[in-house]
Amino acid sequence: MKLQDLRTPISVGLAIVLLVLPLVCNAYWLDVCVSIGLYALLALSLNVILGQAGIFHMGHAAFFAVGAYTTAVLNTLYHWPVLWTMPLAGVAAALFAMAVARPIIHLRGDYLLIVTIGIVEIVRIALLNDVAGLTGGSNGIFGIARPTLFGFRISKGVQFYYLVWCMVGVSLLLFRCLWQSRFGRALNYIKEDDIAAEGCGVNVTRYKLAAFVLGAFWAGMAGTVYAAKMTTIAPESFNFMESVIIFAVVILSGGSQLGVLISAFLFIGLPELLREFHDARMLIFGFAMMAMMVWRPQGLLPPLRRRYRVAENSSSQGVSPKDVWNDSAVSE
Amino acid sequence: MEQFFQQLLNGLAVGGIYALIALGYTMVYGVMKLINFAHGDIFTIGAYLGLTLLVSCNIAAVLPPTAAVLVIFLMVALLAALVGYLLERVAYRPLRNAGRLSAVVSALGASIFLQNGVMLIYGARFYVYPDFLRPDFTVHLLGLAVPGVRLLIIFASVVLMVALSAFIQRTRTGAAIRAVAVDPGAAQLMGINVDRIISLVFLIGPGLGGAAGLMVGIYYGQIDFTMGWSYGLKALTAAILGGIGNIPGAMLGGLMLGIIEALAAGYVSMAWKDAIAFLVLIFILIIRPTGILGERTAEKL
Repeated sequence: MKLQDLRTPISVGLAIVLLVLPLVCNAYWLDVCVSIGLYALLALSLNVILGQAGIFHMGHAAFFAVGAYTTAVLNTLYHWPVLWTMPLAGVAAALFAMAVARPIIHLRGDYLLIVTIGIVEIVRIALLNDVAGLTGGSNGIFGIARPTLFGFRISKGVQFYYLVWCMVGVSLLLFRCLWQSRFGRALNYIKEDDIAAEGCGVNVTRYKLAAFVLGAFWAGMAGTVYAAKMTTIAPESFNFMESVIIFAVVILSGGSQLGVLISAFLFIGLPELLREFHDARMLIFGFAMMAMMVWRPQGLLPPLRRRYRVAENSSSQGVSPKDVWNDSAVSE
Repeated sequence: MEQFFQQLLNGLAVGGIYALIALGYTMVYGVMKLINFAHGDIFTIGAYLGLTLLVSCNIAAVLPPTAAVLVIFLMVALLAALVGYLLERVAYRPLRNAGRLSAVVSALGASIFLQNGVMLIYGARFYVYPDFLRPDFTVHLLGLAVPGVRLLIIFASVVLMVALSAFIQRTRTGAAIRAVAVDPGAAQLMGINVDRIISLVFLIGPGLGGAAGLMVGIYYGQIDFTMGWSYGLKALTAAILGGIGNIPGAMLGGLMLGIIEALAAGYVSMAWKDAIAFLVLIFILIIRPTGILGERTAEKL
């Protein structure tokens, strides 16, 4: 049985496990699961840019940081309720993405990769140097309030657990609709061959920019959750290594949403499982990263090929209407 | 004006080191189209190996300091080259036909592995290089008092770069490396053993990177296991700045980046110097999307 055929059982199993998990695991592992959820959220948002549109983007922590700091500033200085700041954090990250991505969007693969790394570093240094006197320098911002939802105050681990994973669930559904839309198809086309896409009338620059803005919006909202969970944020939480982990989660996943979840569990859970190795745990983690890529270079679960039904009138040419062909058959 | 020239020389020294590391990135990229993220950690390994060899072999007691430095230089370069060779075998060769980003993740894993390997062996504290190695003379140049070590670093990096250029441009093997960089498939059909060329590149690049690590140790006198991240990132920036895959570009990019950084640190703000370096990179790429010397290759259809 191939991993591909197990998608549905794995998804259902994962959903059930996630629902009942807080009943069986202790506070520590619950906290780890909240982290995993947060990274899953970030990886889903990066998946729009990197996985679906194929844009080499290794600077996602920058958008995450913009969202988290927007929430922190609005909450601590202007006393906005945390959850009210979420859309604004998303919008701030999206606007930031639009501003920085517009001039660099035409760069080819690896040039874009290093520029996005540069953006993370610039954002981190700007936060460190207390830009505009708002970000609190290297100490960051502390004393961010707990979120309240319909008068219900979210402060315990288990409440955050459900908040984060609900967001992951909603994101999964929304992105699923998106990938089946015209927009999703256009992004996939750009990933496969951007020149052909341009030739077929897809406005490549505009779609790439849209992917950036959408991914950044989601990362900004994840930033809100992170700020609310930690109550303290500092520039070092948004360094290059953070971007690397989100990047690696998406690449290991292979690009499908289920893959992203599994790969987030592997990436964030594995270092925790290796705690007993103390200092050697990151050594083993690095080795595991190499081994996983060598084992599955295409990623854990690449998205299934799109399938289309042949139109009714083609039956006269010997193809039965019930026949389903997938587009890989054409290219092979 | 004096400050300007001092910063310029300082920038050239740091830039020379960046250029040496950048050569490793750019050569590997040239033949494999892969950004070898573990290269910065090979540089760290070079710095630590240099220290170990200095302290344990006690070469300095047997040989005069100049000869001792040269011997250690060679040993470090050879050992770092060996690490690079093994790295290619283990982490990159199995992924040669896979997607390019899979190899990038493998490279990032290798980087974490090597960095933590160094930390486990040497511990997390920083180390100080013995200072008897540091050439302790001052040169008076047009009214400027320049530390001799700075000039020696510039000299050494220029010598290594010239030697590498001569090797790439003048020898048969160099021609083979250039051929693989242009088209590995066609090169193979012409009887070039592509696997061997890639291995060779993974010997030369890390060898230069390791030597650069030793130079940083001697120049700054202090090393720690995370230095590979920052130097590696800077050198990668330099390689991109010059046009990745282009050997003179890496040299030019390295020197330029060093000078930009030194001037930014001297005239604008120490805290913002890294950010300024990246901003300059972004502006240059907006104007020239393939770097300063990068060729504008036609997209294959």
